Amino acid sequence: MTSASLESEASARGGRVVVAMSGGVDSSVAAAMLVEEGADAIGVTMKLSESESRCCSLEDAEDARRVAERLGIKFYVANYAEAFGREVIEAFADDYLAARTPIPCIACNKSFKFDHLLERARVFGADRVATGHFARLEHDPVTGAARLFRGRYRQKDQSYFLFPLTQEQLRAASFPVGQLTKGEVRDRARALGLGTAEKPESQEICFVPDGDYAKVVERLRPEATRLRGEIVDETGRVLGEHRGVHHFTVGQRHGLGISSDRRLYVLRIDPREQKVVVGGVEGLDCPRAEVDRVNWITGSAPGAPLRVRVQVRHRHEAARATVTPLSEGRASIAFEEPVRTVAPGQAAVFYDEASNEEVIGGGWLVRGDA
Amino acid sequence: MRIYLDHNATTPVRPEVVGAMADVLGAIHGNPSSVYEEGQAARARLEEGRAQVASLLAATPGDVRFTSGATEANNTLLLGLLSPGDHVVTTAIEHPSVTAPLEVLEARGVEVTRIAPDEHGCVAADEVIGGIRPETKLVSVIWANNETGALQPVEAIAAEAAARGILVHSDATQAVGKLAIDLSRVPLDFLSTSAHKLGGPKGAGALVVRGDRDVPAYLLGGGQEKGQRGGTENVAGLVGFGVACALAEAELEVRVERYAALRDRLWQGLQDKVGRVRWNGDPARALTNTLNVEFEGLAGEVLVQALDLEGVAVSAGAACHSGSIDPSKVLTAMGRTPEQARASLRLSVGHGLDEAAIDHAVGLFTTLVPRVRATEGA
Repeated sequence: MTSASLESEASARGGRVVVAMSGGVDSSVAAAMLVEEGADAIGVTMKLSESESRCCSLEDAEDARRVAERLGIKFYVANYAEAFGREVIEAFADDYLAARTPIPCIACNKSFKFDHLLERARVFGADRVATGHFARLEHDPVTGAARLFRGRYRQKDQSYFLFPLTQEQLRAASFPVGQLTKGEVRDRARALGLGTAEKPESQEICFVPDGDYAKVVERLRPEATRLRGEIVDETGRVLGEHRGVHHFTVGQRHGLGISSDRRLYVLRIDPREQKVVVGGVEGLDCPRAEVDRVNWITGSAPGAPLRVRVQVRHRHEAARATVTPLSEGRASIAFEEPVRTVAPGQAAVFYDEASNEEVIGGGWLVRGDA
Repeated sequence: MRIYLDHNATTPVRPEVVGAMADVLGAIHGNPSSVYEEGQAARARLEEGRAQVASLLAATPGDVRFTSGATEANNTLLLGLLSPGDHVVTTAIEHPSVTAPLEVLEARGVEVTRIAPDEHGCVAADEVIGGIRPETKLVSVIWANNETGALQPVEAIAAEAAARGILVHSDATQAVGKLAIDLSRVPLDFLSTSAHKLGGPKGAGALVVRGDRDVPAYLLGGGQEKGQRGGTENVAGLVGFGVACALAEAELEVRVERYAALRDRLWQGLQDKVGRVRWNGDPARALTNTLNVEFEGLAGEVLVQALDLEGVAVSAGAACHSGSIDPSKVLTAMGRTPEQARASLRLSVGHGLDEAAIDHAVGLFTTLVPRVRATEGA
């Protein structure tokens, strides 16, 4: 026997799917919906942290395992803690020290759920990876080309976190709960008797459960504890001192440690000079911005400037703008009305101008020009 | 069809065992400590089991003290016997049910010397004996390692240590039922064993305590098991243990050869069809049912999952470690790198397998190993 026929694989061809189960209610219901469809679903929890006291912890894996048992599907823990530490957490620390405001969830989605996990799915004989994201996909029945849309339930829309996915990844992706509201997701979980039905939302970045980003940076980069610098106003006047630029993000108002008769916001951060520039809120208004590492969902950049709506952070009402593709994967954005707070390191995601529903592409904010 | 290649984790319960246990559960409800007929009936079955366990090991029935399994036997002995100031010589390849109590004891002031194995996973008897000091209370050496099947020179160690008046214990959980153990010839003071590794049920085992050796009680209660373990006996489980031992005694020679034939066929198939495989250990000094194999350049975790989806049960390291990513301490003690350890699987054959099943499994390895190798792994 040179090569065994994989019976289960043949019988389930096209029907075997790996579900990324976080232990939360959304991915629990995503798994349940696939089972209802008759798919041969395999639940996988990605263990991303060595520590067991965090979100991606054993407890969540056990919640996912119980859901899988309830649904009668196979379940595995896939250990990616080492790679996650290297590729996501370390990058997070370096971003903060470089005065960027990172969104590690986006890199995690792309690299872990849709690189590592899709790779493992293919070893398992599955051709799809499903997640509990609130986003929608359409697949062209002829070409197979995938289009990415916001979740039907706008309040929970997570398409912003999916912009870097390639055509190959999107074609292999499935977002079963993208058509549902959060309430409908919970109702389904209750009806199925899933233990995760009432589980609260996870809000924080999984490896920063207490929201203290600076502490994480200093744990990974101890030299950051020795950083000192000045807080200055737009004219260069020194208003105070600080203990490292990693304590600040653009747009921040609280925790500046200086008193002033006007409300001051972090406008810019210069990591080389360890200088934090503060000023009035109007200094945050950006008529233009630039992004790099742009991903176009179709796989190729448009040939001409494109009118779109641009969302510059997760909770931002996308603003009308014209995006112009540049060389080397960059693009410039000209907003119709200045946009308040463009933080380098965040993503700018482009949606179609007419409906503001379809993701056209996106990139990583390099700078906003005030 | 499932192909179960993880008999070192646990074994399917033999039908004869199931029958005997069902009989006890259905017909014998007495407490073995009770004086009346129902109690006497239970006592009789329990003692029959004890005799069967003793017979397999060529021990005296009175020396067999029933426990819930080998973990309890190991904890009972080590935590009961050793006190601060005592010294114990052991190996770097013990089961966690030995290493964990020893770590606790170490924190309390017991001194522990751990002898490292050679590259094949075996310790040298003279190194173990060389570790003995004036204050040494106990030598504890696993008979056959659970991950590699590597056999340890327990007989030679016991003879040498006995000559020096040192107590000797062996965790023989993996060895019992897979090779001949003759306690009438080996001057061993204590031996731990478990029913579910040889076709018996989970939750039954024994600590064999030779002659008048004194081990303090671990569970205090009604004074069962010569006062060493309080609690009404798990009669059905221990009866099942006895039957499993009787089957092992009757079949032992055939079993050893049968396992070797299946295991060697598996190894031959992996070498011929899969390639880039390496045996972690020395076939001549291992249980005949165990093959710990490194599949060069892959993540064992992924291969275990992919094989499971196609119907083959194997394990990456010991079953108790599932969910952890720490590379096997046993393999790293043998000098394997963490990457090599993570690329290694434990394959262990047993009852219910035949050549066709082994060949089918080899076919699946042949298909899946290159796929897993083509990924970046975890």
